[in-house]
Amino acid sequence: MTIGGEVTSALLYLDDVSVTFDGFRALNRLSLSIGANEMRAIIGPNGAGKTTMMDVITGKTRPNTGTALFQARHDLTRLDEASISQLGIGRKFQTPTVFDMHTVEDNILLALKTDRRPFPVLFSKRTREEKERIDALLERVRLTASRHRSAGELSHGQKQWLEIGMLLAQEPKLLLVDEPAAGMTDQETADTADLLREIAKTASVVVVEHDMVFVRDLGVKVTCLHEGSVLAEGSLDAVSANERVIEVYLGR
Amino acid sequence: MSRYRLIDGAGLIFLAIVLALAVLVPASNLWLAPDSALHIPDYLVPLLGKYLAFALLALALDLVWGYCGILSLGHGAFFALGGYAMGMYLMRQIGSRGVYGNLVLPDFMVFLNWQELPWFWLGFDHFWFACLVAIAVPGLLAFGFGWLAFRSRVTGVYLSIITQAMTFALMLAFFRNDMGFGGNNGLTDFKEIVGYPLQWAETRAALFAATAVALALGYLLARWVVTSKLGKVVVAVRDAESRTRFIGYRVENYKLVVFTLSAMIAGVAGALYVPQVGIINPSEFAPANSIEAVIWVAVGGRGTLVGAALGAVIVNAGKTWFTGALPSLWLFALGGLFVATTLLIPKGVVGAVTDILGIRRKSELPAAPGVVAPKTAPAEPAQ
Repeated sequence: MTIGGEVTSALLYLDDVSVTFDGFRALNRLSLSIGANEMRAIIGPNGAGKTTMMDVITGKTRPNTGTALFQARHDLTRLDEASISQLGIGRKFQTPTVFDMHTVEDNILLALKTDRRPFPVLFSKRTREEKERIDALLERVRLTASRHRSAGELSHGQKQWLEIGMLLAQEPKLLLVDEPAAGMTDQETADTADLLREIAKTASVVVVEHDMVFVRDLGVKVTCLHEGSVLAEGSLDAVSANERVIEVYLGR
Repeated sequence: MSRYRLIDGAGLIFLAIVLALAVLVPASNLWLAPDSALHIPDYLVPLLGKYLAFALLALALDLVWGYCGILSLGHGAFFALGGYAMGMYLMRQIGSRGVYGNLVLPDFMVFLNWQELPWFWLGFDHFWFACLVAIAVPGLLAFGFGWLAFRSRVTGVYLSIITQAMTFALMLAFFRNDMGFGGNNGLTDFKEIVGYPLQWAETRAALFAATAVALALGYLLARWVVTSKLGKVVVAVRDAESRTRFIGYRVENYKLVVFTLSAMIAGVAGALYVPQVGIINPSEFAPANSIEAVIWVAVGGRGTLVGAALGAVIVNAGKTWFTGALPSLWLFALGGLFVATTLLIPKGVVGAVTDILGIRRKSELPAAPGVVAPKTAPAEPAQ
């Protein structure tokens, strides 16, 4: 394997990644690289391989072939979900996934970047710094007033934000965000775009989204996937003008 | 911060009752006149002790099922292994007073024409050694089993089925005479424990008190675990396993810790049970026993610890009454109880009482979701 300039400068580097499920090629020689502090929007029709790509990056799915490197030195195809998460890759699911039975602040507490081994966790005591970080994060995702409520009682939009807050608590270097605007009101959607842009100042963010208004709002480089590989890449205007993209995804 | 108190209201009442029983039951039995209305007759002391040993088993099961979502249908195996360890010590205490009068070998070994004590019986003439084994062997089995199962990410019904298979396999193994644990007769005819005859009322009273104290300590240990940050992670695993994994917790290790701890508590319960009932045999490994333990927890209230212990006592008291008064109806009653619990009070007795009283304090732990009925046939008779 030759390590060129692109590999070493990229935070995330996928090359020639293929995943096959029962003969179906979910990813077909996909290559993609995300730079440090870059925000990227991924669009594409259903079945284009967006979620499978996230599964490969987070260790849920092992690719049949190909390279997946993080920070040019961590081979993501050999690590499990927990190790990948500890490297600093956070993932937000399409449907908000929080710990419904726990309070809002406990959700954040569990996500804070700390020792994840069972015995240190068993004996851990909450420190002042942890408390301050929880306060700051709750403020940032606007859930301070709901901190003692159980997460299950939150509205859909609040749960989305709580989940983003949990990802921030992990102090990730790369955030994978799957359809953050789904089921949100227009105002919430706009707020979410602001929040993601702010996060992108200190971390790389990959956003999978169908909502073209939201993607335009983000104002970042766009990659369109189709049948498991990259169809087009560039600014939203360039990608939207692409004949093939119009044909398979945007529609005429 | 949502910090949970180690001892909440229900816990305080529970501990007060258990520790009061530890004092009052022996006192009533030993010092009150037999014709007093408050006198607890001799036969009742080991029976109540048995209930409390079952309560400790239920507590252990609630730790894995109620908090970690692992529906173990094989916890009876850990209980029985603890019981066998204690039984082996009690056999060694018989010495030469067996039917055959052999100085070294227990009766069943003489009967099988064995010439010397097998290596795995060495050490069991020491009480401390038996206690150690009663905790260590269930712990090691749970660790090995869990290490394989949890790393392979076996969950849900599949995990329940293999826990069931585990206890069934052990039952078949212990039924064999060649195993060296007394075959289908098991271990019985015990004489004394740490030098005190088991027939003495004082010994039985002491065993009852020890069981009550063990139940209280087991409760405190379990409560300490579930109120710690590890307890929060474990509940997170129960409710959203993949989310827990994706924020960086190695879920299999957490399950392993809780499962192993639970098995060790179950082993202690078994070790306390055997001297009070006077026998341990392979039927303790019967899958039906483990399923019954799940019913105790469901009836009392899953994910509450106190409820699990309460459920064990309620169901077993009902069993004692039914098998005396209407023996043929007991299984129907047990099945009916489980169906009624699932339909009418899915959160168990403790959950229902809490709801009725409208108690919803900050100190409460996140409650377990309602009972998920294990897809199994009604339990068979335990014995």
